Amino acid sequence: MIELSDEQRLLRESVDRFVREHYDFANRRRIVAADAGFSPEHWGLFAELGWLSAPFAEADGGLGGSALDTALIMEGLGRGLFAGPYLSGVVLAGGLVARGGDEPLRRRVLPGLMRGEQLLAFAFTEPQSRYNLADIETRAVRDGDGYRLSGRKSLVLYAASASSLVVSARTAGATRDPVGVSLFLVDRASPGLEESSYQTVDGHRASEVELHDVRVESCNRIGEAGDALPLIEAVCDHGVVALCAEAVGGMDALYRATLDYLKQREQFGSKLASFQALQHRMVDVYMALELSRSLTFAAARGIDQARDENERQRWASAAKVQIGKAGRHIGREAVQLHGGMGMTDDLAVGHYFQRLCAINALLGDTTHHTQRFAGVSDH
Amino acid sequence: MEIRLSDSLEAFRGEVSAFIEENLPDDIRRRVERQEFLDRDTHLRWHRTLLEKGWAAPSWPRDHGGTGWSLAEQYVFEQALAAHDAPRMIAFGFDMVGPMLIRFGTETQKRRFLSKILCGEEWWCQGFSEPNSGSDLASLQCRAERDGDEYVLNGSKMWTTSAHFSDWMFGLFRTEHAERKQLGITVLMLDMKSPGLTIQPIITFDGGHEVNQCFFDEVRVPVAQRIGDEGAGWSIAKYVLGLERLGIAEVARSKAMLARLNRIAHTERSNGLPLARDPSFAQRLAGLEIDLLALEATEQSFLFDPALGEALGAEASILKIRGSELQQSVSELTVDALGYYALPREPDAGSNREQVPPRSAGLVAETYFNLRKISIYGGSNEIQKNIVAKAVLGL
Repeated sequence: MIELSDEQRLLRESVDRFVREHYDFANRRRIVAADAGFSPEHWGLFAELGWLSAPFAEADGGLGGSALDTALIMEGLGRGLFAGPYLSGVVLAGGLVARGGDEPLRRRVLPGLMRGEQLLAFAFTEPQSRYNLADIETRAVRDGDGYRLSGRKSLVLYAASASSLVVSARTAGATRDPVGVSLFLVDRASPGLEESSYQTVDGHRASEVELHDVRVESCNRIGEAGDALPLIEAVCDHGVVALCAEAVGGMDALYRATLDYLKQREQFGSKLASFQALQHRMVDVYMALELSRSLTFAAARGIDQARDENERQRWASAAKVQIGKAGRHIGREAVQLHGGMGMTDDLAVGHYFQRLCAINALLGDTTHHTQRFAGVSDH
Repeated sequence: MEIRLSDSLEAFRGEVSAFIEENLPDDIRRRVERQEFLDRDTHLRWHRTLLEKGWAAPSWPRDHGGTGWSLAEQYVFEQALAAHDAPRMIAFGFDMVGPMLIRFGTETQKRRFLSKILCGEEWWCQGFSEPNSGSDLASLQCRAERDGDEYVLNGSKMWTTSAHFSDWMFGLFRTEHAERKQLGITVLMLDMKSPGLTIQPIITFDGGHEVNQCFFDEVRVPVAQRIGDEGAGWSIAKYVLGLERLGIAEVARSKAMLARLNRIAHTERSNGLPLARDPSFAQRLAGLEIDLLALEATEQSFLFDPALGEALGAEASILKIRGSELQQSVSELTVDALGYYALPREPDAGSNREQVPPRSAGLVAETYFNLRKISIYGGSNEIQKNIVAKAVLGL
């Protein structure tokens, strides 16, 4: 196990306490069914506990946290099957402003985000783009001292709750060119911005967003024009590792629940746990979990300490491939070994499985990250 | 690529296919393709078409309104239904209680029940599993105690598919506690409106309502509604389950799912090209197609092996294990093909779902989640492997 500082241990305990005291499965079900899909009170609590400031630099008023700190928070939230905009709003959209924005922009946006008063969303996927972050058709054309944005973004997580959207758009180049991508902070209430939200199969919220000549001032451009792709890739790699940590928490919960069930359920006059065929299946589940946990936390350290972007990309992709495969394996086994009970909506098992399946797709699936890993040189 | 059957069977396939193409309403076909739940009225619209044609009960003998088809003809018929996204047969009436009555029922029972099944007027559900008797079905405890001309039922049945819109149930009930748990089980038919019967929905995590728990509190069933002898229930159930052979592997349904996946792969784009041209995706797709061919060849060698007689034995278990695994794999790859667009819950939320032609869109993730059930129900794949180990490998 990776070594943690006292602060990191406390951080982990505080997330576990939140889940224990505020987020049992019955409560989750109620919250997820309500309009926003997460609770504003919980979000306020996250701010108080410092989780919303954790990933940001001390100079910006944050706690200067590492990818490992974020992973510790996400693992605990994953164990509790938390649904909400922590990944999309804080790690991704917040991360883009923090790493790419100039000082005035950071000062304008980050304090409200860290206090939990303003929420951001990250609009980057398009109908044709699949997992290619550069596959962008949305265009930003110069309009006096600002820009006008037009295009369509899909599966924008928690856009309906966000005050502003970080939008990727082309200021130059053709679809999929690595150069010519820019990032803009767009007020969600801007004229010409249409947003329609829906629930996703894992109980989260997302929107389709259409931009029709949406006016954005130059001061709301994040970073240099045409140069945003490396920034997006870096922040998405942090998002990938955070997602992996969430998955580890979820897999851990499934492993424990399934083991408990096998020890308690009897068929043919014996506990299911006494059947060797099932014991071996549980050993496979346990191994998949341990391998995922180890690689994820190694990747969190790895992207914190990476010498260059190649190394960072390889860590993130390796972890994503491992948890993509393990998440499905453990999810399928947890449902199967629970028998009919595993199919019910009343048990959390199926809901964890749904989240693990969604995590497999988010920010690139197993196939995508295997190809990416293979394509990035290891020097 | 198809495994070709004899000329006469291929001609028969052509006849069936032409009929389906001509008569299957487009809205029904689309809903089957999208793997949506079909309500009773939708089912009946198609069923009446088959009934008029004389094809409503492919496996029943002619004198009960069946087709009298050979097994090979029934197989071709089922394949054609699946290939054209026609609805499945109305479950439990035609494949379970019908054959049960034909073999073990009294003349009065046959007259009362068979024609109502045939015309689709009465729908049936099956009361087998119980809360504590899933894989170990023979340990069932739901009691039926004799009281004059009636049995009095107390206990509970679990995972009862379609109970909430069925008219009748046939079920296994314990009439005696014998030393061997397989003894003392009796088949009874009961009206779903019987006083003392309550139905509680079980919602599955894909959001669907297919199964229920049924509670029996002093439910009275006339002895005349018993099928076969008292205590003969286990062997009757085994007989009927053994008859099932055409639907087990679900090869034709999987092929239809694969065809749809192919269409999606040609519409979805990856790096500007159709996903179907992505080498890793193409490889996974080809792998599944080969797996399905192997299963189809195996299914046919089992089905048409003259040595196997009327009922499949452990061969059925092999078909069920591999068939369920493959359906789940095809469905998983379909989820992967849609990428982010497998995630929206409302079917029309995503733009690709509009772009993908209607034939290809649908409840992809929901279906994937729902299909986890097929390796659990009807004897889980673990139980099926126990059967193969014992009956085939002699372990």
